[in-house]
Amino acid sequence: MRWLGALAVLVLLALPAVLGSYATTILILVFFYGFLGQAWNIVGGYAGQLSVGHAAFVGIGGYTAAMLSLEWGITPWIGMFVGGALAAVLGAVIGYLGFRFGLRGFYFVLLTVAFAEICRIAVSNVDAVGGALGLYITFTGDPRQFQFQDGRVYYYIALALMLAATGVVALLERRRFGIYLAAIREDESAAEALGVDTFKYKMLAMVVSSFLTGLGGTFYAFYLFSLQPNAMFGIPLSVEIILRPIVGGAGTLLGPILGSFMLTPLGELSRLYFGQGGHHGLHLVAYGVLLIAVVLFLPQGAYPYLRRFFVGSRP
Amino acid sequence: MTAALLDVTGLSKRFGGLQAISDLALRVGEGEIVALIGPNGAGKTTAFGLISGFLTPDAGAIHFRGRSITGLPPHRVCALGLARTFQIMRPFPRLSVLRNVMIGALGRHADPRAAAARAGAVLEELGLAAKAAEPAGSLTLSERKRLELAKALATEPVLLLLDEVMSGLTDRETERLVGEVRAINARGVAILLIEHVMRAVMSLAQRVVVLDYGERIAEGRPEEVANDPRVIEAYLGDERL
Repeated sequence: MRWLGALAVLVLLALPAVLGSYATTILILVFFYGFLGQAWNIVGGYAGQLSVGHAAFVGIGGYTAAMLSLEWGITPWIGMFVGGALAAVLGAVIGYLGFRFGLRGFYFVLLTVAFAEICRIAVSNVDAVGGALGLYITFTGDPRQFQFQDGRVYYYIALALMLAATGVVALLERRRFGIYLAAIREDESAAEALGVDTFKYKMLAMVVSSFLTGLGGTFYAFYLFSLQPNAMFGIPLSVEIILRPIVGGAGTLLGPILGSFMLTPLGELSRLYFGQGGHHGLHLVAYGVLLIAVVLFLPQGAYPYLRRFFVGSRP
Repeated sequence: MTAALLDVTGLSKRFGGLQAISDLALRVGEGEIVALIGPNGAGKTTAFGLISGFLTPDAGAIHFRGRSITGLPPHRVCALGLARTFQIMRPFPRLSVLRNVMIGALGRHADPRAAAARAGAVLEELGLAAKAAEPAGSLTLSERKRLELAKALATEPVLLLLDEVMSGLTDRETERLVGEVRAINARGVAILLIEHVMRAVMSLAQRVVVLDYGERIAEGRPEEVANDPRVIEAYLGDERL
């Protein structure tokens, strides 16, 4: 498995040399959504706390970096981490309210959705941060402003983000922290009875997850040069974030990446294909069909089955 | 009586209109085996919930190893050396049997390798070593009962609360589990058990406490309690009725 992973990374590093710009763009999105999915995987997959408000962290991260850059000329390379930190603070607030008051299942879902919506509506109504129209970033091509003439740099940044998040999860998975998160997901009361401080570990998972997701906000903003409240805080983005790990295998190391390789090209290509044929929106149907198939036939996501097929052992 | 390891006084808990536990006093000495018996609905499991921190008492005090644990969350109670099993078994179904037991061991051994070694030793002791790699959800009833015990044991408790670990087992399985519980006790682990299987109670317990409608109605050596008219009445009803 290890050499297979190394080989895959080498191939991904070499690919931009041979790929056209459209294929490169699709892979950038594969990596970026793979990264967001991996960040969500910590709290949603491993700890089993279903957050459907992760777009809020993307939005906070992106808006923070953009405002720092536009208002004070602070480089997004620093703004990225300030944004991540603020996202982590929001994550801690949501986590505290949810976990301290024992909101589980649907109620936790509603709490996270509500917070993301509050953020979206608040940002839409504050003109200082662009209001409903959002913010635009002027393209300068200056690497210090997180902007690059060569599109392949975004490819490598997105790849680095995805690999870094996967490294973090690989590290967590092997340690007590990761094992405790799996216990909390399987049976919280049983974990508590065995000495697991479930509140503390759920909080930690939420903070790490929201910090990483916040970092992704900067990439999102400076890759697209624009920030719109509906796009960055909206429920559709939150859903995009959780779909990939669920399809690929929530609570597994490679599930979010696998899910992103399955869903992102499908989404983009079908959008293009149906869009050209004048059937706008039909790509969502293709998406939906795949989702239903996964839920029906691979209820634990694709990764555990793929692994059993190749390795023959259980995760 | 030996020095009290667990000392419960004046414990009360009400659920709406139901007084589940009223003014309960209960002591477990170092290394002692005490059985808590009583008809269904007598409040035995509620007492376990209160002692292990899953429920908060309305009144009363719980002291363990000389310090108050009243109102402490379950994970803190466990860290102090008081572990419980659940009547309705709670395995982590999709995790392997070894992982299940490791989760208990990780509290004392933060390094997963050390915790795995400790968990392996517990599985060996309880005859589950052959199942270590299986997902917990695939075990038989008797194996799941022993897994429940193994998880609690892996936390290295000085007091084990066992909630009906014998129920539903065959005679041979019960006999085997009684032997295992006795071996655990021989290492100095005190045990408080809720049990309906009287053969197990009679052969294990040094002292029996009988609950009925949340109140302690009798206490004593197993054979004394078994012949106590109040106990017989609680189980069989008043013959005059």
